[in-house]
Amino acid sequence: MPSGLIESYPHAVDRYDEMLAAPGQPRPHWQAFAERLSGFPEEALLHRADFVRGAIEADGVTYNVYADPKGTKRPWELDMLPLIVGAAEWQTLGAAVAQRGRLLNAILADLYGPRHLLTEGLLPPALVFGQHGYKWPCLGVQPPAGIWLHSYAVDLARAPDGKWWAIADRTQGPSGAGYALQNRIIVSRAFPDAFRELHVQPLASFFRAIQDSLARLAPTEGEAPLAVLLTPGPYNETYFEHAFLARYLGFPLVEGQDLTVRDDTVYLKTLRGLRRVHAILRRLDDDFCDPLELRADSALGIPGLMGAIRAGRVLMANQLGSGVLESAALLGFLPPICERLLGEALLMPSVATWWCGEEPALEYVLEHLDELVIKPAFPSMRMEAVFGHELKGDSRRRMIERIVAQPHAYVGQEWVRLSQAPVWNRKLMPRSVGMRVFAAATPDGYAVMPGALGRVAPRAGMEVISMQRGGLSKDTWVRADAPVVRTSLLKRRLGVIDLVCGGADIPSRVGENLFWMGRYAERCEASARLLRAALVRVSSSDPDTELRLSGLLAAARRVGVLPPLAEESGSTPPALEEELLAALTDVDQPGSLAGKLRALGFSAGHVKERLSSDNWHALNHLEQLLARPIATVDQALSALDQVMLSCISLAGFAMDDMTRDEGWRFLILGRRVERLYGLASLLSVPLEPDVRERERMFEWLLEAANSIVTYRARYRRVPELLPLVHLLVFDTTNPHSVAFQVDALQRYMGRTARELGHPYPSLMIDPLARRLADFDLTRFEAEDCELALGTLRTLLAEAEDVAGNVSEEVHRRFFIHTVRPMHLRSVA
Amino acid sequence: MNMLPKTPVRYHIRHDTRYRYDQPVGESRQLLRLTPRELPQQTLRQHRLDIDPEPARRQRFTDGLGNLVETLHFERDHDALLIRAESWVELLPRELPALADSPPWETVRDALEYRAGRTLDAAQLDACGYLFESRHVRVKREFADYAAADFPPQAPLLVGVHRLMRRIFDEFTFDPEATDISTPVTEVFEKRRGVCQDFAHFMLSCLRSLGLPARYVSGYLLTRPPPGKPRLIGADATHAWVSVYCPEHGWVDFDPTNALLPDLEHITIGWGHDFADVSPLRGVILGGGEHEPEIAVTVVPEDEFETLYGAAELPGLRLA
Repeated sequence: MPSGLIESYPHAVDRYDEMLAAPGQPRPHWQAFAERLSGFPEEALLHRADFVRGAIEADGVTYNVYADPKGTKRPWELDMLPLIVGAAEWQTLGAAVAQRGRLLNAILADLYGPRHLLTEGLLPPALVFGQHGYKWPCLGVQPPAGIWLHSYAVDLARAPDGKWWAIADRTQGPSGAGYALQNRIIVSRAFPDAFRELHVQPLASFFRAIQDSLARLAPTEGEAPLAVLLTPGPYNETYFEHAFLARYLGFPLVEGQDLTVRDDTVYLKTLRGLRRVHAILRRLDDDFCDPLELRADSALGIPGLMGAIRAGRVLMANQLGSGVLESAALLGFLPPICERLLGEALLMPSVATWWCGEEPALEYVLEHLDELVIKPAFPSMRMEAVFGHELKGDSRRRMIERIVAQPHAYVGQEWVRLSQAPVWNRKLMPRSVGMRVFAAATPDGYAVMPGALGRVAPRAGMEVISMQRGGLSKDTWVRADAPVVRTSLLKRRLGVIDLVCGGADIPSRVGENLFWMGRYAERCEASARLLRAALVRVSSSDPDTELRLSGLLAAARRVGVLPPLAEESGSTPPALEEELLAALTDVDQPGSLAGKLRALGFSAGHVKERLSSDNWHALNHLEQLLARPIATVDQALSALDQVMLSCISLAGFAMDDMTRDEGWRFLILGRRVERLYGLASLLSVPLEPDVRERERMFEWLLEAANSIVTYRARYRRVPELLPLVHLLVFDTTNPHSVAFQVDALQRYMGRTARELGHPYPSLMIDPLARRLADFDLTRFEAEDCELALGTLRTLLAEAEDVAGNVSEEVHRRFFIHTVRPMHLRSVA
Repeated sequence: MNMLPKTPVRYHIRHDTRYRYDQPVGESRQLLRLTPRELPQQTLRQHRLDIDPEPARRQRFTDGLGNLVETLHFERDHDALLIRAESWVELLPRELPALADSPPWETVRDALEYRAGRTLDAAQLDACGYLFESRHVRVKREFADYAAADFPPQAPLLVGVHRLMRRIFDEFTFDPEATDISTPVTEVFEKRRGVCQDFAHFMLSCLRSLGLPARYVSGYLLTRPPPGKPRLIGADATHAWVSVYCPEHGWVDFDPTNALLPDLEHITIGWGHDFADVSPLRGVILGGGEHEPEIAVTVVPEDEFETLYGAAELPGLRLA
């Protein structure tokens, strides 16, 4: 084909088509791409669509949707076909977006300074003081370099006459540039030849401009600039992007609790101590930035940040209070304001907007309701746009009442017939599209990203584009007149990761989450092994199964894989098979593998930016494993095998794939602590004094401790007590022995304490290490080996304690300052 | 107009706040708005803050609304915090306007309404800042409806405001148990109960819902001991009232809790859109557990100062 691919794509009469000038006839800047598309056999296109879908899954690109019953994470939706913009057209657009950035910055400077726009009647006070976006504590505050707006985005739509219109400005902390970059990485790989041939302008230079500008504009006083990306955390709808951008830009990804303010200076709490932060690229809404001076109930902010901002000691990108310009009501006032503040005509027209707070505008809106879209004047109103022509009867009456009661809270906007572009769904389908274009302040004016986040309405005929409502996205290819020099994005990306990991700016919280990621990864693997050992031995036809497995089940209860036995309850306990399946799949059951996997995902989610994409593939795989229904032992066994495989991959990456910095050492410490704890408690069950048929437990014990292969290779006979004890407790060459863990803990704790300037807690681990080394194994050959067993039991109990104590010590020394602040209420 | 020479009245104010924490607090930041503003009728003669323990850092700044703010930062473990603010304030009689002299309320409202190209002077710009909703003040039809009875067409602004104040005083019950800081003003309206902050927030909601600029004033009030009883240390409290923008007179204060126009017995600390802008103390602490502050305010006229504090045994809070 598919021949006729272009021919069968419907050409719209009443709206602009991005691809076609006339039916079957591509526009000049689309010509080359359309030809390639037509030249592909259908399988090739299907293959590419699969590739795009697979890449999104593999990279874990998500967009969180609030109140989504299917869980918060949803895969990012990307259409494989790019939106293509010609070089000349882009030049005009880019200049208009840069001017708009300059204009909005000048408006912010005025609104938080002299407020001429209000006294001269160019802007209604209601649009400034009448909304939450105006931050009174910022009145009179001068930002470094006079820049309020560092990071800016504008949503554009194309009218039927082919002109682009601004429909909304994003000035708080615009999202999407990272997704645009991710889209580019994927789509450019789906169509590598077309991408080259079309001379698509690269995006990398835009991100380099952000890095350079923040470094040059920040108040560094000669220090090496440190910029961070401030995120509200993993539950934010665009957290994926925060992590992705932080990694790409080489900025530490921080949450409010990672920062602290001393002497009007912002510091990052790192494992090595405090490091001054000079610039904050924020994705946290201004309201939440400082509980001391802004919203008191914010647990996400940094107490005292306003003080540092007032003192000009930190650059905020964007300055607090910049969200005031996100009001749709502003659009209509921009042309005269542009003349007044810049002495220039506004280059980019805004969609016609009537603010109902003006009497004549209100009248117009009520009279022309059918032709307009009604929107809230202020973003804080959380109201969806409503099409006037869709309002009938009661709902129409109610809307009119609402507008009349509070006219200043509403705007009427011309209903723009969005342009359309093809999306791929086994053929080319037309969908309404728009673009979000990004700009960044630099010392030489605003730089505009040569590309955009293409935004696509989710369904045919739908006019509203909203990611929250399930919109699709597109890569946007801006063509250059001549071939472009390209630095490989991926290579550059890896280079930056290395820089970050090699650096010393590891937030304490990151250390803590890596530590727990290590513990949970190890715990998941150990639980999976134990459950597997149990499930392969379960046979529904054997009535004695339970008795035969009593030791194994006791061990499972001891380490918490199975819930403790209920004491004398009236109901019959669940069948063993059922209980084991629940221990695998029931998230709500304490100790279940599903629950542990969730905890693992949670810890890992907080350090997303520090993990390689391979780690993410394994973690994503784990998350999907238990999403499938598991009803039989066979299904359970196959899932458990997969869990173990992924866990082994994680362990492999930890040893082989990660930079050995302090953060890494906490990951390994977590793994060792957990394995020591799990191993010691598991071993203690068959070693109990009056245990019957001890020898029958050795095989599953070796399986659960992942040492069965070693044992067989060494001894080639049925497991016996002495070699087993040697292999699982004392053999320092076995990575699954107690002694190996103790050895490793000594080493890593010593190194960590030394590097981070703490005394090594020698009394904590060393005595156990000594006793292990001194243990005389010949005692097991003696007549009464029960005595030796008693000593061994004491030793194992001590090992459990050591694991617990080391864990606590690590918390106290390195993480404890991550306790969340508590709030005093205001008092009279 | 009063032709007698103006004699100033002087007050000493002591405002103690004490926190006792269940567990040691490792880090704490406090924002204090305890310094009375300088005003035409109010002079701050002396002011001092005593803080125990001594903070690691202490700074001052003037906020966007012109109020004086002191910031404290503690970095050492402490299980109690005592903040004592003392001020000597001198008040002159205010030039209270004749209420009937004020312009019709609709004129005040309409003069601030936006028309393309209509300019605002500095006072109008300032007033516009107090026209809209804020954290504790709502603009709603129900509030406008409540106030409508007091603002018949062409009623002089201050006559209307005075009536509204009276009616709130008459119809609302002072009841410290009924509300707390977080009680929304709509609930205050429903219950017709609350304390001075609630009355102020409600009155502000009414005025702003009518399109009239009004702000929240935080301060102190001289109280009178019950007949026959001596004045006691720590028996007073902070107070709140409202101020209305009147084009010819500037801002005029009204106290709905006492149904009077503040004059020589109201000491102004500062003002804002509502309580949230001017809460005397606001803080964030690390750790701490349970904490209920003890607050003791004493306002005493100059001539009673010696008697009150001269006694051998001082009641109320003292610095350790």
